[in-house]
Amino acid sequence: MADDDLGRLSLPVGERDHAQGPADAPVTLVEYGDYECPHCGRAHPIVKEVQRRLGSTLRFVFRNFPLNESHPHAQHAAEAAEGAGARGRFWEMHDTLFEHQRALDDQHLVGYAKALGLDPVAFEHDLRAHAHKARVRQDFVSGIRSGVNGTPTFFINGVRFDDSWDPDTLTEALTAAAR
Amino acid sequence: MTHTSHVLPAGTPAPEFALHTTPDQLVSLSEFRGRPVILAFYPADWSPVCGDQMALYNEMLDEFAQFDAELLGISVDGAWCHVAFAHERKLRFPLLADFEPKGAVARLYGAYREQDGTSERALFVIDPEGVIRWSYASPVGVNPGADGILRALESLKAESARG
Repeated sequence: MADDDLGRLSLPVGERDHAQGPADAPVTLVEYGDYECPHCGRAHPIVKEVQRRLGSTLRFVFRNFPLNESHPHAQHAAEAAEGAGARGRFWEMHDTLFEHQRALDDQHLVGYAKALGLDPVAFEHDLRAHAHKARVRQDFVSGIRSGVNGTPTFFINGVRFDDSWDPDTLTEALTAAAR
Repeated sequence: MTHTSHVLPAGTPAPEFALHTTPDQLVSLSEFRGRPVILAFYPADWSPVCGDQMALYNEMLDEFAQFDAELLGISVDGAWCHVAFAHERKLRFPLLADFEPKGAVARLYGAYREQDGTSERALFVIDPEGVIRWSYASPVGVNPGADGILRALESLKAESARG
């Protein structure tokens, strides 16, 4: 067994993913993240910044990697994002969750859905029924199989990015990968 | 990936050991004969990140269980330290204290870092007969994740299915 392909994205980016930016962008950044993880919260505006810098050169994909033992609300928050996603509002919920990391209990999640104009009753029903649990698990397992080693973990064009994700280093790596 | 390491390679019988997991409980490798064992050496308890190596493996126990594999974490921290760490991080697998003589088991596996006084981030997958089937030392500072472990467990399972 070759070890030099450890830390490679095992599930290619495809139709199932939530993506921002052109599908034929020369560089794709995938983040495995957890809405309750403070490091992911710190990374959120940085990702926005590199998106601004790279424009249509970059496609950004977010996949769920909730660390449930450390973060009691992470699983439901991930399911809430997927619930909004099923109704075409993934990215709005994604931003809301990262901007309100300390208020991720079910009551708040339903409130955010309502603020996005989603039906709060149906949304809450989905949360309680764990309607999007399988999807979140699929993301999680794909992360494990790809060598995700904490949150956030980034992949640039399918290769795990182990360097610092400060805006300049990340921009540099993305620009190099786009060439 | 260039990384100088002398961890015991695949094909080597896994050295036997018995270490404390709590102050009054010893765990030995031979207890798990008949099942695959994942031996995960890591530098220290209490690393200050979310989803550090042990917390990450804790989330993956269901995946490891599908292979009937036992996960053992091992570092040079003492048993009392492990008890507190496991409790705080809600870890559901044993942490072994390679504490006295310090790092003795890490040395047996070629996974001790003299300059730091801790073990490497070294992973071993040991087959049901007690032979190392895969080993890997991660570059310093890089948490290796679990994809290598799962692949090793898969190839073990495929082999045993072929008989």
